[in-house]
Amino acid sequence: MTAVVNLPEPTGSTPPHQTAGGADPAVPKPHGPASPLRVLSRGASTIWSNKKARIGVVLLLAFVALAIFAPLIAPYGASENGFGRNQSPSGSHWFGTTAAGEDVLSQVIFGARISVLVGFIAGFLSTLIAVVVGLSWGYIRGPLAEIINFIVNLVLVIPGLPLMIVIAAYLQNGGMTMIIFVVVLTGWAYGARVLRSQTQSIRGRDFITAAQFAGDGATRIVFHEILPNMTSLITGSFFGAATSAILAESGLSFLGIGDTTTVSWGSMLFWASNSNALLTGQWVLLFAPGLCIALIATSLTLINFGVDGLSNPRLREGTGR
Amino acid sequence: MWYPLRKLGLLLLTAWAAITLNFLLPRLMPGTPADAAIAKLAQNGPVDPATRAAIEAQLGVPTGDTWSQYVQYLGNVAHLDFGVSYTFFPQSVSSLVMNALPWTLVMVGLVTIVAFILGTLLGVLAAWKRGTWLDTLPTLGGTFTSAFPYFWTALLLVFFLGYTLKWFPTSGAYGLESTPNLSLAFIGDAIGHAWLPALTILVTSVGGWILGMRNNMINTLGDDYVTFAEANGLRTRTVAVKYAARNAILPNLTGFGLALGGVVGGSLLVEQVFNYPGVGYLLFNAVTNQDFPLMQALFLMITISILLANFLVDILYGLLDPRTRR
Repeated sequence: MTAVVNLPEPTGSTPPHQTAGGADPAVPKPHGPASPLRVLSRGASTIWSNKKARIGVVLLLAFVALAIFAPLIAPYGASENGFGRNQSPSGSHWFGTTAAGEDVLSQVIFGARISVLVGFIAGFLSTLIAVVVGLSWGYIRGPLAEIINFIVNLVLVIPGLPLMIVIAAYLQNGGMTMIIFVVVLTGWAYGARVLRSQTQSIRGRDFITAAQFAGDGATRIVFHEILPNMTSLITGSFFGAATSAILAESGLSFLGIGDTTTVSWGSMLFWASNSNALLTGQWVLLFAPGLCIALIATSLTLINFGVDGLSNPRLREGTGR
Repeated sequence: MWYPLRKLGLLLLTAWAAITLNFLLPRLMPGTPADAAIAKLAQNGPVDPATRAAIEAQLGVPTGDTWSQYVQYLGNVAHLDFGVSYTFFPQSVSSLVMNALPWTLVMVGLVTIVAFILGTLLGVLAAWKRGTWLDTLPTLGGTFTSAFPYFWTALLLVFFLGYTLKWFPTSGAYGLESTPNLSLAFIGDAIGHAWLPALTILVTSVGGWILGMRNNMINTLGDDYVTFAEANGLRTRTVAVKYAARNAILPNLTGFGLALGGVVGGSLLVEQVFNYPGVGYLLFNAVTNQDFPLMQALFLMITISILLANFLVDILYGLLDPRTRR
């Protein structure tokens, strides 16, 4: 706040701090929804104010940068082989080489691409399905809601990893697309259930009744009136879905399901354990890819600590008692 | 309708849907098991028509229309007859499953219980001491370890505690020279082999319980009755354990029930690393060898036990929290 001149008399109708804008009296409109940009920036600052979430954001951005600029950062190509086999870390190969003579450090850097990509795409698709199913399911009543309830519960109870590998076994060699497909197929239901219960509680509020009387259609009410109230939950389920997608992809790749020639952190560990990196004592080869998976998954969970605080002030950071 | 009866109806309906899904899944996918086996053979050279016919006869190309296949399948499931395994040929699927089940139930089951108890206690502590190191350490540590991929934790433990320090055996459920029996020596051997897989599951799963319990507990601690209990001058421990934790544990119990149901599925990624002869390892072998009868039976068994656990948790929850019975 700079020069406080021309301060109008407090009349009681307009709070003085809103008009004291200096040259540009940017008075926010008293009615109407807040602009999405302001909501976004306020949400971002709530997340940023949480120490854990801040660590998560920084960590995630680092991995995204690693994925985008992989060709510039990595000293060699991901599948470039012909170096010595099973070498220990040295000046030219900081993390050593694999049994096929590839540079481990370069593979770790390029592996970030798969995890970031799978996490983003599968997380986005799962969340999209969860939003569409969860919101409509929460808004409608009657037998259709019961049927959706049944389907979602079925998907929820069927154990994820076994279902994924069974479907993968039937589909045979689908590569990364297949992995994303099975991850999305098993990953949307949880978010849908969370979003549904929130929709149900919003459904009974006065502003929804008002919209109904104003003659708004069901689609408009669900996606224009209810949806904006769930931004934080949707953000939360996106990060949650992305975390499980990254872990699921690494697990499937480690089992050798999918395309084992794709360089990902999971497939690196698949090759490492199949070429007995344990016996050759190459602990960096075992350590680095898994640590990256753990770190990127942690970063998403940490961000979710901040996102939780958006909708539930009790979970914002602070000392309890 | 009476609450347990309604839940039972839902259980039966879901079980039927799972069984049907298990029937439909292979039929929705391209090709038949025979095609897959022939494709596998074809990698080594051309397959002559006689071999093809033999394989089709052995693996059973579906006869009759889908409906009669479905009725026959339901009958087989009712008799627990899942046919003969392709990979372990003369053995029936049921006997293979029965051999694998005890290993998984004991090892994974015990660890699941230990992880739940330990995690819940740490979660209560973290929420109560919020903001201190007793909160930060378990919360951040739990967040980090629960992001560990199971197989990675397993590989690291094998490498450091198994190969480097040679504290534990690294593979299998018992020594190569011993055969399963109930002697003390064998049980000791089996326990020695169970340490590393058990430790892996404990390290990776305890974090989830900590975080879940901490969140519930923080929510409960904000409730009026807790403040009231405190204002009444009750001892801190009484408020924490008898008032807050008792109510906060309810959502975690649901998770625990589901986790116990999931025990039957074993811990595929862990069992695979340790070659532990449990259900998860069997399922992995079935998948890599395209042993469809074994795979279907295992998948069905895993799903049904989760459904049962879910049902029991619902019933129990109704008893513990009358509000849910409505």
